[in-house]
Amino acid sequence: MTAPKIKLTDVHKRFGEKVVLDGIDLEVAPGESLVIIGGSGSGKSVTLKCILDLLTPDSGSIEIDGESLTGMGRSDRERINRKFGMLFQGAALFDSLPVWENVAFGLIQGHRMNRSEAKEIALEKLAAVGLGAEVGELSPAELSGGMQKRVGLARAIATEPEIIFFDEPTTGLDPIMGDVINDLIVKCVKELGATALSITHDMASARKISDHIAMLYKGKIIWIGQTADIDNSGEPHVDQFIHGRAEGPIQMELRQL
Amino acid sequence: MNPFQPVGKALLGFLEATGKLALFTFISVSHCVRPPFYYRLLGRQMIDIGYYSLPVVGMTTLFAGMALGLQTYAGFSRFSAEGAIAKVVALGITRELGPVLAGLMVAGRIGAAMAAELGTMRVTEQIDALDTLSTNPFKYLIAPRIIAGLTMLPLLVFVGDIIGIFGGYIVSVYKLGFNPGVYISQTFKVLEFVDVFSGLVKAATFGFIVTLMGCYNGYNSRGGAQGVGAATTNAVVSASILILIFNYIITELFLAA
Ligand SMILES: Nc1ncnc2c1ncn2[C@@H]1O[C@H](COP(=O)(O)OP(=O)(O)O)[C@@H](O)[C@H]1O
Ligand SMILES: [Mg+2]
Repeated sequence: MTAPKIKLTDVHKRFGEKVVLDGIDLEVAPGESLVIIGGSGSGKSVTLKCILDLLTPDSGSIEIDGESLTGMGRSDRERINRKFGMLFQGAALFDSLPVWENVAFGLIQGHRMNRSEAKEIALEKLAAVGLGAEVGELSPAELSGGMQKRVGLARAIATEPEIIFFDEPTTGLDPIMGDVINDLIVKCVKELGATALSITHDMASARKISDHIAMLYKGKIIWIGQTADIDNSGEPHVDQFIHGRAEGPIQMELRQL
Repeated sequence: MNPFQPVGKALLGFLEATGKLALFTFISVSHCVRPPFYYRLLGRQMIDIGYYSLPVVGMTTLFAGMALGLQTYAGFSRFSAEGAIAKVVALGITRELGPVLAGLMVAGRIGAAMAAELGTMRVTEQIDALDTLSTNPFKYLIAPRIIAGLTMLPLLVFVGDIIGIFGGYIVSVYKLGFNPGVYISQTFKVLEFVDVFSGLVKAATFGFIVTLMGCYNGYNSRGGAQGVGAATTNAVVSASILILIFNYIITELFLAA
């Protein structure tokens, strides 16, 4: 068995009184694409942000390629960060920069590449997500939501990272554009041979882009398995979630009318 | 209920906020003095703060100088001391009104804009995105703003001083009929290096306060559009109050020296 690319052991995170992650255990093998599903507010984004060092877990350990991130020095941390690419939920493009510079950002700032060389690569990556060179000169505010997501994807893959994170890549898009993004994700991850960790509550997307699916509920991973097995998980929470039923073991925290 | 409980809670909250601001200040300053520097971004901020604030600061100090000239005349003519207008205007503008008015105007113009920009970047995850692209937001966003504030405000105030004194000159010469040559020679006779210098020290301090409060409130904003609005208000209010407090402290220090 190969060593896991990403490994979380007993990760806890709370905000004030509110416990968000209550002991997450998770492993992602190299080249695997794992999708975490779970309801809104279940802590999916928080999980990603803990791995990305945007939030610090209260306890537990996170390892990347066998190296523990806790207590890691700044330069090691930066070296690990360079293995990462991330597509944010709202694309999070820098609106002060033109599209091509957004895509080239990691190359220019992180990898100290000169601007003209970085621009060439940026335009290549834009082409890979189906956007022409003329889009590169626009500002992000001039793009539709779907195009912004594509630019976000191009930015995430521009530095050819070993691990790519996708935070709800299809949320807020129409089904067709959602599927276009799914196809692009599958294609880009495959071309790079990257490990992918995505989070979503869109089951169609989850099925399409994953090899494995894990379900996050009440701060824990309650089920993990092959994507093909999700329909026979035998886990009532998973069944309720994938069929989108209001009745079941998962109770929305709503007050009774 | 224990009547001291709310007091203790407020005190703890205050201490926590102070500690958080102190830490933020420390990190910001450490990035201001350590390379690498983003010269392109620094240049843009300097132009924004220094050049584009000129009209506002110029107008404010011009009319402040004019009003000060009139008031001095109204007050001092009772003691037949109206010859002192030039001196009062020169000292009042360089030591107090120039830096304080410029500081407050820039707090409204620049502090608010910085809080809104960084706040929007925070809530749209652009600041998180910077981190994942191996770029430290303190280096990329905050250091250029603080350095620009620290260096540009003294320049602005210096220009404002000249315009303010010119305002007093206009009133004295064209409205009150004083001799222009006498006005100018009296201005130069009364002004000492330390008068202008103390004003410029104030200006640098205010530039630091305004940009720091803008960045601090923006960087830590949360909760969507409303959070950004609150951050903007807090940036302006806290910077204005701190400006007046530090104005007193610096005045006191220079008088004691
Ligand atoms: N920085 C933060 N401060 C306080 N609470 C947070 C923060 N980030 C997330 N939360 C809370 O953690 C919970 C999980 O959020 P999140 O991981 O974004 O959910 P989702 O699964 O929809 O991505 C939410 O209830 C949210 O309010
Ligand atoms: Mg989320």
